Amino acid sequence: MERVLFYILALIMIVFAVKAVSSRKMLRSVIYLLFVLMGIAGIYFLVDYTFLAAIQLAVYAGGVIVLIIFSVLLVHHIELRLDVASKRSQILAGVLSVVGAGLTLFTIWTYKFNPVENYNAIDVATIGKGLLSYGDGGFILPFEVISVLLVAVMIGAIVIAKGKRLEQ
Amino acid sequence: MIQGISIYEILTVTTLLFFIGVYGFLTRKNLITMLLSIELILNASAINFVVINKYLFPDALQGVYFSIFIIAVAAAEAALAIAIIINLYKLITSVEVEDTEIMKY
Repeated sequence: MERVLFYILALIMIVFAVKAVSSRKMLRSVIYLLFVLMGIAGIYFLVDYTFLAAIQLAVYAGGVIVLIIFSVLLVHHIELRLDVASKRSQILAGVLSVVGAGLTLFTIWTYKFNPVENYNAIDVATIGKGLLSYGDGGFILPFEVISVLLVAVMIGAIVIAKGKRLEQ
Repeated sequence: MIQGISIYEILTVTTLLFFIGVYGFLTRKNLITMLLSIELILNASAINFVVINKYLFPDALQGVYFSIFIIAVAAAEAALAIAIIINLYKLITSVEVEDTEIMKY
Protein backbone atom coordinates (compact mmCIF):
# COMPACT_ATOMS: atom_id res chain seq x y z
CA MET A 1 0.00 0.00 0.00
CA GLU A 2 2.67 2.53 1.05
CA ARG A 3 4.85 1.30 -1.78
CA VAL A 4 2.17 2.05 -4.38
CA LEU A 5 1.50 5.42 -2.75
CA PHE A 6 5.20 6.32 -2.92
CA TYR A 7 5.43 5.40 -6.60
CA ILE A 8 2.33 7.44 -7.42
CA LEU A 9 3.77 10.45 -5.51
CA ALA A 10 7.16 10.06 -7.19
CA LEU A 11 5.54 9.93 -10.64
CA ILE A 12 3.40 13.01 -9.89
CA MET A 13 6.42 14.93 -8.58
CA ILE A 14 8.71 14.14 -11.52
CA VAL A 15 6.05 14.80 -14.18
CA PHE A 16 4.92 18.09 -12.64
CA ALA A 17 8.51 19.20 -11.98
CA VAL A 18 9.30 18.72 -15.68
CA LYS A 19 6.11 20.60 -16.59
CA ALA A 20 6.98 23.39 -14.12
CA VAL A 21 10.37 24.07 -15.70
CA SER A 22 9.18 23.67 -19.29
CA SER A 23 5.68 25.17 -19.41
CA ARG A 24 5.49 28.35 -21.48
CA LYS A 25 2.68 29.89 -19.44
CA MET A 26 4.06 31.35 -16.24
CA LEU A 27 0.99 30.98 -14.02
CA ARG A 28 0.63 27.34 -15.02
CA SER A 29 4.21 26.56 -14.11
CA VAL A 30 3.60 28.08 -10.66
CA ILE A 31 0.59 25.77 -10.20
CA TYR A 32 2.64 22.76 -11.38
CA LEU A 33 5.23 23.69 -8.75
CA LEU A 34 2.43 23.70 -6.17
CA PHE A 35 1.65 20.07 -7.08
CA VAL A 36 5.32 19.14 -6.68
CA LEU A 37 5.41 20.77 -3.23
CA MET A 38 2.28 18.89 -2.19
CA GLY A 39 3.89 15.64 -3.34
CA ILE A 40 6.87 16.47 -1.13
CA ALA A 41 4.48 16.98 1.80
CA GLY A 42 3.08 13.53 0.97
CA ILE A 43 6.59 12.06 1.24
CA TYR A 44 6.95 13.68 4.67
CA PHE A 45 3.64 12.10 5.70
CA LEU A 46 4.86 8.71 4.45
CA VAL A 47 8.05 8.85 6.56
CA ASP A 48 5.93 9.78 9.63
CA TYR A 49 7.16 13.35 10.05
CA THR A 50 3.68 14.84 10.12
CA PHE A 51 4.82 18.13 11.70
CA LEU A 52 7.22 18.76 8.83
CA ALA A 53 4.48 17.91 6.32
CA ALA A 54 2.17 20.43 7.99
CA ILE A 55 4.91 23.08 7.85
CA GLN A 56 5.54 22.28 4.20
CA LEU A 57 1.85 22.67 3.34
CA ALA A 58 1.41 25.84 5.41
CA VAL A 59 4.59 27.66 4.36
CA TYR A 60 4.79 26.60 0.73
CA ALA A 61 1.23 25.93 -0.42
CA GLY A 62 -0.17 28.66 1.80
CA GLY A 63 2.60 31.25 1.74
CA VAL A 64 5.26 31.11 -0.93
CA ILE A 65 3.06 29.95 -3.80
CA VAL A 66 0.41 32.61 -3.09
CA LEU A 67 3.16 35.25 -2.94
CA ILE A 68 4.58 34.07 -6.26
CA ILE A 69 1.12 33.96 -7.87
CA PHE A 70 0.46 37.55 -6.79
CA SER A 71 3.79 38.73 -8.14
CA VAL A 72 3.13 36.92 -11.44
CA LEU A 73 -0.22 38.68 -11.69
CA LEU A 74 1.47 42.01 -10.94
CA VAL A 75 4.36 41.86 -13.38
CA HIS A 76 3.21 39.58 -16.20
CA HIS A 77 0.29 39.34 -18.60
CA ILE A 78 -1.28 35.89 -18.16
CA GLU A 79 -1.96 35.32 -21.84
CA LEU A 80 1.65 36.02 -22.74
CA ARG A 81 3.80 33.00 -23.60
CA LEU A 82 7.34 32.92 -22.25
CA ASP A 83 10.10 32.88 -24.83
CA VAL A 84 12.23 29.75 -24.71
CA ALA A 85 16.01 29.60 -24.54
CA SER A 86 17.95 28.89 -27.71
CA LYS A 87 18.33 25.27 -28.82
CA ARG A 88 22.03 25.42 -28.07
CA SER A 89 21.66 26.49 -24.46
CA GLN A 90 18.78 24.02 -23.98
CA ILE A 91 20.97 21.14 -25.16
CA LEU A 92 23.91 22.37 -23.07
CA ALA A 93 21.76 22.62 -19.92
CA GLY A 94 20.17 19.24 -20.66
CA VAL A 95 23.54 17.53 -21.08
CA LEU A 96 24.86 19.21 -17.94
CA SER A 97 21.84 18.12 -15.88
CA VAL A 98 21.89 14.55 -17.23
CA VAL A 99 25.62 14.20 -16.54
CA GLY A 100 25.18 15.62 -13.04
CA ALA A 101 22.20 13.38 -12.30
CA GLY A 102 24.02 10.33 -13.67
CA LEU A 103 27.10 11.04 -11.56
CA THR A 104 25.03 11.58 -8.40
CA LEU A 105 22.89 8.48 -9.01
CA PHE A 106 26.03 6.39 -9.67
CA THR A 107 27.51 7.58 -6.37
CA ILE A 108 24.28 6.87 -4.49
CA TRP A 109 23.73 3.42 -5.94
CA THR A 110 27.33 2.28 -5.39
CA TYR A 111 27.44 3.53 -1.78
CA LYS A 112 26.31 1.01 0.83
CA PHE A 113 23.85 2.59 3.26
CA ASN A 114 23.02 0.83 6.53
CA PRO A 115 19.36 1.64 7.17
CA VAL A 116 17.95 1.03 10.63
CA GLU A 117 14.54 -0.67 10.60
CA ASN A 118 12.11 1.64 12.47
CA TYR A 119 8.52 2.81 12.27
CA ASN A 120 8.24 5.14 15.27
CA ALA A 121 6.53 8.48 14.75
CA ILE A 122 7.97 11.56 16.50
CA ASP A 123 5.53 13.90 18.21
CA VAL A 124 5.68 17.67 17.97
CA ALA A 125 6.63 18.13 21.64
CA THR A 126 9.96 16.34 21.11
CA ILE A 127 10.78 18.53 18.13
CA GLY A 128 9.85 21.69 20.04
CA LYS A 129 11.92 20.70 23.08
CA GLY A 130 14.92 19.98 20.86
CA LEU A 131 14.57 23.34 19.14
CA LEU A 132 14.46 25.24 22.42
CA SER A 133 17.02 23.32 24.46
CA TYR A 134 20.48 24.73 25.08
CA GLY A 135 22.01 21.46 26.19
CA ASP A 136 23.85 19.01 23.95
CA GLY A 137 22.34 18.83 20.48
CA GLY A 138 20.00 21.73 21.21
CA PHE A 139 19.12 24.18 18.47
CA ILE A 140 18.29 27.36 20.40
CA LEU A 141 20.95 29.53 18.73
CA PRO A 142 19.99 28.75 15.09
CA PHE A 143 16.34 29.11 16.11
CA GLU A 144 16.95 32.63 17.41
CA VAL A 145 19.12 33.52 14.43
CA ILE A 146 16.33 32.40 12.10
CA SER A 147 13.81 34.60 13.93
CA VAL A 148 16.14 37.61 13.62
CA LEU A 149 16.61 36.76 9.94
CA LEU A 150 12.85 36.65 9.38
CA VAL A 151 12.39 40.08 10.98
CA ALA A 152 15.24 41.51 8.90
CA VAL A 153 13.72 40.01 5.75
CA MET A 154 10.29 41.44 6.54
CA ILE A 155 11.69 44.96 6.99
CA GLY A 156 13.99 44.57 3.99
CA ALA A 157 11.19 43.35 1.74
CA ILE A 158 9.03 46.34 2.64
CA VAL A 159 11.88 48.82 2.08
CA ILE A 160 12.95 47.24 -1.22
CA ALA A 161 9.44 46.80 -2.64
CA LYS A 162 8.58 50.44 -1.92
CA GLY A 163 11.61 51.52 -3.91
CA LYS A 164 12.05 54.65 -6.02
CA ARG A 165 11.00 55.32 -9.56
CA LEU A 166 13.71 55.91 -12.15
CA GLU A 167 12.90 59.59 -12.75
CA GLN A 168 13.16 60.53 -9.07
CA MET B 1 10.54 4.62 7.03
CA ILE B 2 8.27 3.65 4.17
CA GLN B 3 7.43 -0.03 4.04
CA GLY B 4 8.96 -1.75 1.01
CA ILE B 5 10.84 1.34 -0.20
CA SER B 6 14.60 1.47 0.19
CA ILE B 7 16.58 4.68 0.72
CA TYR B 8 18.02 4.33 -2.79
CA GLU B 9 14.63 4.83 -4.45
CA ILE B 10 13.84 8.01 -2.49
CA LEU B 11 17.31 9.44 -3.12
CA THR B 12 16.85 8.71 -6.83
CA VAL B 13 13.61 10.70 -6.90
CA THR B 14 15.17 13.65 -5.04
CA THR B 15 18.22 13.60 -7.33
CA LEU B 16 15.95 13.77 -10.37
CA LEU B 17 13.99 16.66 -8.81
CA PHE B 18 17.23 18.51 -8.02
CA PHE B 19 18.58 18.24 -11.56
CA ILE B 20 15.24 19.13 -13.13
CA GLY B 21 15.53 22.30 -11.02
CA VAL B 22 19.08 22.88 -12.28
CA TYR B 23 17.91 22.44 -15.87
CA GLY B 24 15.10 24.95 -15.31
CA PHE B 25 17.49 27.43 -13.72
CA LEU B 26 19.85 27.23 -16.69
CA THR B 27 17.21 27.47 -19.43
CA ARG B 28 14.65 29.93 -18.06
CA LYS B 29 15.01 33.59 -18.96
CA ASN B 30 12.46 35.07 -16.60
CA LEU B 31 13.30 36.01 -13.02
CA ILE B 32 10.14 34.51 -11.47
CA THR B 33 10.48 31.17 -13.25
CA MET B 34 14.13 31.04 -12.18
CA LEU B 35 12.92 31.55 -8.62
CA LEU B 36 10.58 28.56 -9.08
CA SER B 37 13.54 26.39 -10.12
CA ILE B 38 15.45 27.47 -7.02
CA GLU B 39 12.49 26.46 -4.85
CA LEU B 40 12.55 23.03 -6.53
CA ILE B 41 16.28 22.63 -5.78
CA LEU B 42 15.88 23.68 -2.13
CA ASN B 43 12.97 21.30 -1.61
CA ALA B 44 14.82 18.35 -3.11
CA SER B 45 17.69 18.88 -0.67
CA ALA B 46 15.26 19.29 2.25
CA ILE B 47 13.74 15.86 1.52
CA ASN B 48 17.25 14.39 1.47
CA PHE B 49 17.92 15.68 4.99
CA VAL B 50 14.67 14.20 6.29
CA VAL B 51 15.03 10.84 4.55
CA ILE B 52 18.64 10.29 5.62
CA ASN B 53 17.62 11.23 9.17
CA LYS B 54 14.76 8.73 9.12
CA TYR B 55 16.55 5.82 7.46
CA LEU B 56 20.05 6.00 8.91
CA PHE B 57 19.74 7.82 12.26
CA PRO B 58 16.15 7.36 13.50
CA ASP B 59 17.04 8.39 17.07
CA ALA B 60 18.41 11.79 16.07
CA LEU B 61 16.34 14.76 14.92
CA GLN B 62 19.01 16.91 13.28
CA GLY B 63 17.71 16.28 9.76
CA VAL B 64 14.27 17.53 10.75
CA TYR B 65 15.71 20.71 12.25
CA PHE B 66 17.82 21.41 9.20
CA SER B 67 14.76 20.85 7.04
CA ILE B 68 12.79 23.38 9.10
CA PHE B 69 15.64 25.89 8.74
CA ILE B 70 15.81 25.26 4.98
CA ILE B 71 12.07 25.93 4.70
CA ALA B 72 12.39 29.15 6.75
CA VAL B 73 15.36 30.43 4.73
CA ALA B 74 13.62 29.52 1.46
CA ALA B 75 10.52 31.45 2.49
CA ALA B 76 12.68 34.47 3.44
CA GLU B 77 14.54 34.22 0.15
CA ALA B 78 11.31 34.06 -1.86
CA ALA B 79 9.91 37.12 -0.08
CA LEU B 80 13.07 39.18 -0.71
CA ALA B 81 13.40 38.02 -4.31
CA ILE B 82 9.82 38.99 -5.04
CA ALA B 83 10.34 42.41 -3.43
CA ILE B 84 13.37 42.92 -5.68
CA ILE B 85 11.45 41.71 -8.75
CA ILE B 86 8.54 44.08 -8.09
CA ASN B 87 10.94 47.00 -7.54
CA LEU B 88 12.73 46.08 -10.76
CA TYR B 89 9.42 45.98 -12.64
CA LYS B 90 8.65 49.48 -11.39
CA LEU B 91 12.01 50.67 -12.71
CA ILE B 92 12.22 49.00 -16.13
CA THR B 93 8.77 47.35 -16.64
CA SER B 94 10.33 44.01 -17.40
CA VAL B 95 11.40 40.93 -15.45
CA GLU B 96 13.49 39.29 -18.17
CA VAL B 97 17.08 38.52 -17.24
CA GLU B 98 18.44 40.19 -20.36
CA ASP B 99 16.92 43.57 -19.46
CA THR B 100 18.19 43.70 -15.88
CA GLU B 101 21.45 45.56 -16.15
CA ILE B 102 20.20 48.49 -14.08
CA MET B 103 20.67 46.70 -10.74
CA LYS B 104 24.43 46.80 -11.15
CA TYR B 105 24.66 50.56 -10.49
